Amino acid sequence: MTAHRTQRGGRIDRSRIIRFTFDGTAMSGHSGDTLASALMANGISVVGRSFKYHRPRGIFAAGIDEPNALVTVIRGKLREPNVPATQIEIYDGLTVESQNRFPSLSFDVGAINGLAGNLFAAGFYYKTFMGPVVGPLKGTRFWMFCEQFIRRAAGLGRAGYEADTDRYEKMFAFCDVLVVGSGPAGLAAAQRAAAEGKRVILAEQDGTLGGALRWRSATIDGQPAAEWLDTTEAELRAAGNVTILPRTTVWGYYDDNQFAALERVTDHKSAPAIGEPRHRQWTIRAKDVVLATGAFERPIVFPGNDRPGILLAGAAARYAAQFGTLPGRRVAIFTNNDSAYEAAVALRDAGAEIAAIVDLRAGISPAARDLARQAGGELLLGHAVTNAGGTKRLREIDVQPFAGGTITDRGKRSIVVDCLAVSGGWSPAIHLASQAGAAPVWDEALQAFLPPAPSQRWTGAGAFAGKFSTADALGGEFEVDEAEIDYAPAPVFEIRPAKKSGKSFVDFQHDVTASDIRLANREGFQSVEHLKRYTTLGMATDQGKTSNVPGLAIMAAARGIPISQAGTTRFRPPFSAVSIGSLAADTHGHFKPERLTPMHDWHMQHGARMYSAGLWYRPMIYGAGGETIEQAYVREAAAVRESVGIVDVSTLGKIAVQGPDAGAFLDRVYTNMFSTLPVMKARYGLMLREEGIAFDDGTTWRLGEHEFLMTTTTANAGKVMQHLEYYLDCVWPDLRVHVTSVTDEWAGGAVAGPNARKVLEVCVDGTALDNDALPFMGIVRGEIAGAPVLICRLSFSGELAYEVYCGAGHGTHVWDALMAAGKPFAITPYGLEALGTLRIEKGHVTGAEIDGRTSPRDLYLDWMLSKKKPYIGSAMVDREGLVAEDRVRLVGIVSLDDRPLNGGAHIVERLEDEPRDSIGHITAVCYSPALGKYIGLALVKGGKTRHGQRAHISDPLRNRFGPVEIVSHHFFDPEGSRMHG
Amino acid sequence: MLIPCPYCGPRDLSEFTYQGDATRVRPDPGSTDQAAWNAYVYDRVNTAGDHSEFWQHSGGCRAHLRIVRSTLTHEVKSVAYARDSIHERSRA
Repeated sequence: MTAHRTQRGGRIDRSRIIRFTFDGTAMSGHSGDTLASALMANGISVVGRSFKYHRPRGIFAAGIDEPNALVTVIRGKLREPNVPATQIEIYDGLTVESQNRFPSLSFDVGAINGLAGNLFAAGFYYKTFMGPVVGPLKGTRFWMFCEQFIRRAAGLGRAGYEADTDRYEKMFAFCDVLVVGSGPAGLAAAQRAAAEGKRVILAEQDGTLGGALRWRSATIDGQPAAEWLDTTEAELRAAGNVTILPRTTVWGYYDDNQFAALERVTDHKSAPAIGEPRHRQWTIRAKDVVLATGAFERPIVFPGNDRPGILLAGAAARYAAQFGTLPGRRVAIFTNNDSAYEAAVALRDAGAEIAAIVDLRAGISPAARDLARQAGGELLLGHAVTNAGGTKRLREIDVQPFAGGTITDRGKRSIVVDCLAVSGGWSPAIHLASQAGAAPVWDEALQAFLPPAPSQRWTGAGAFAGKFSTADALGGEFEVDEAEIDYAPAPVFEIRPAKKSGKSFVDFQHDVTASDIRLANREGFQSVEHLKRYTTLGMATDQGKTSNVPGLAIMAAARGIPISQAGTTRFRPPFSAVSIGSLAADTHGHFKPERLTPMHDWHMQHGARMYSAGLWYRPMIYGAGGETIEQAYVREAAAVRESVGIVDVSTLGKIAVQGPDAGAFLDRVYTNMFSTLPVMKARYGLMLREEGIAFDDGTTWRLGEHEFLMTTTTANAGKVMQHLEYYLDCVWPDLRVHVTSVTDEWAGGAVAGPNARKVLEVCVDGTALDNDALPFMGIVRGEIAGAPVLICRLSFSGELAYEVYCGAGHGTHVWDALMAAGKPFAITPYGLEALGTLRIEKGHVTGAEIDGRTSPRDLYLDWMLSKKKPYIGSAMVDREGLVAEDRVRLVGIVSLDDRPLNGGAHIVERLEDEPRDSIGHITAVCYSPALGKYIGLALVKGGKTRHGQRAHISDPLRNRFGPVEIVSHHFFDPEGSRMHG
Repeated sequence: MLIPCPYCGPRDLSEFTYQGDATRVRPDPGSTDQAAWNAYVYDRVNTAGDHSEFWQHSGGCRAHLRIVRSTLTHEVKSVAYARDSIHERSRA
């Protein structure tokens, strides 16, 4: 039992004591407490320091709208800053720290900012960090230097540096009716939909259902509200068609009734169950949605309105009735509407003394008068609170007569209180409806923005729709007994005494005052969008849930226009803070799919070190005990040139192009001719994009009059498929062609080297393999170890080479047979590094050179551009810019200092130049066993014209500089005698 | 956003790939009119309102669809197979 805990009542379990730590001090609360209610029960009045002025701040609200009580939750080495204390359900071992204070909450050196208040007015950063335009500091870095200190003083919590070790997951759900919010309106809507047999999802932001039923008093169908809530919840839980999601905030409303929701699965537990994620990110598609998100109470702006002990009246009632905690012992109420009278009674019932009810209005409803009598204390109609005193705890308030917007000094007096409960009216939580695309409508009677006519399939219910009474929220079919109060407030948002007596806060979290808003008006930042950006009103982590409407009202008053004309900003997702981890969830780490070739296990068993290439895994090298990567690939590449090697090429994209017009189609998509290609022959082809830039290359095999097997690079397989489908669907639907991706149907191995034919001769049945039967670019069908194979004689390595394809299921079987046949020739499996080395030695291009910027001429592939027919890109490939002299073009480079080169390094003419102008960059590098040198391919201005010239590589990031010689990219066997042999 | 694929039924946006403005007309393949090609490849109108565009159901039946979509509300006004609409155009 603590000073602020009530004797009884509240939806907390007093038999369960929960221990937690706040700023290193051990404290306790009960099951059912939030951190805010537990801190309040422990008598903590100051929970944080404000953003700019470092003023002591206390708990101001009881829900997600809390602007002051932000804390950092510490779990092991992880820190999660800026969590509203009102949203934390306490658990044993909870550890939190307060924020933006140094060295401690009660003594904070930053509070000196409060004395320099006028310096930090709206636009402070814009004005200050422009730097002086005259004087001795003009153009110096002095201002930048100051900035870092000023920015450090302003701020919120500090995130940790440790990687997040928690697990997050994603869920997708579909339902007939999504109900957002489980107050009376949401519960009744869920009940109705469930009764109609619909699939219902009921999402509630808090840990318990019920919304205001947990603290407002009413009788529903003869039961007290709290009992009706428990009965209804039990019914919904028993229904088979209702999914209840507690601790779930629906934060985004997207097209076609798609919703994003964050479920905080274990944030309220000391020890999560095995397998439980911390957060679950829901994507919900709902046929219909009921928005029952309630309303936020507004503060009234007056000098000193941020003193600890001043809080929203509805929040005060909630602390008393739901949490059994009193925000103060001697309480005053300050209101412009009837709803605060209910709060007064709730506080009184919980044991607080009501000192006074200060109401801006001269007259109130009979129901309110009744409530005032019940609450006790002085009823001061036509009065305003004009100041509040006390630093770390409210001590007293000044009260003055108020009529017609005028404050009179006569009758001014002070009332000693330790708590002031304020109500400036209610703003429906229309955020989701606004996200859905509808502009809110200003309601003059309720002095609030109400949701507009729906633009998607949603209906509104309860306070969201401006229906604040429990009866209206539930809908017609319930008997409700409650105080019949009037929810229309007096249209007063700010109390402005003639004599300035202190700061009047509008946005507590960003320390935006009423005078900041008037300053923005004077300086011309009048539109709501400008106001927001200039003053940062509503831009803090609470997104202005308590401050938007008062801020707008003050701007409208300053401009002398009605609020309805001042406009409002559109709400955007997220409604409240969303963990980044939940957005990434399973899309990283071990849930990423892996594509493995049919021979993957063989590679692993034979010491392959794997590369990930997109989703594919391919052998990089086959490490033979203790070799470096370079030693391994040099050994593998040399074996290919000396005898024979074998490489897995299953990852190449493969597309079956079939139909009577297949040849004509390929003539259009490739720059060179395919319709004339004889059956059982292959040809190397180049594709361009429409604008004449190289897109992809590969060999395409004619297997029949109407049937081609196209191969693409591994990386572009999907893009090429889409490219072909686009042209067939959208440009040339008349062509009788069908394309099918067959990448995964085939396993492929390339056998390369002077002994390649001898290897095949040992194991291939059913076909001859000599030069006549299988010439360069010829194709034969045969069998290896009983499995049908397709063999094409083509070469990427520059050696005599054959690509052997078989059904994917036979892959390892055929590979084993090839390895066995190659044993007498010491056949060497080789990986991507050796493959790259062999192709660099030959000057063959890949994606590193076909990089989306190079034209065929840049790559010296202009011999492939047919003059006999149009093709995709033919009309634009000769444009001025694409044939310009100074384009970067393909060359070879040789390291002259016998040190390795780096891909991506720039090439310059002279290292002495400052700045050094790049004349190109390196695209691929290797150590060439054939040449005994470090070589590379590069794209260099002028290309061929620089052959024989010296240049330098300049790679400051890796600190590698050195001389190179620019040579032809055909390093090895330029005549191609080896592959034709 | 949902796209009603005529083959697969209403499906989520994430199954589709945007394939560009469907109002552009590719010049005759043999044409050397640089202005026409330039317009086809680069010039686009940034329509505020109904816009005709190609979407491929790449995560489904892989058909290209011609869709009229309001760029202001994302409402899909009409859907047809791209092939059919191209055939119609060439017949007309």
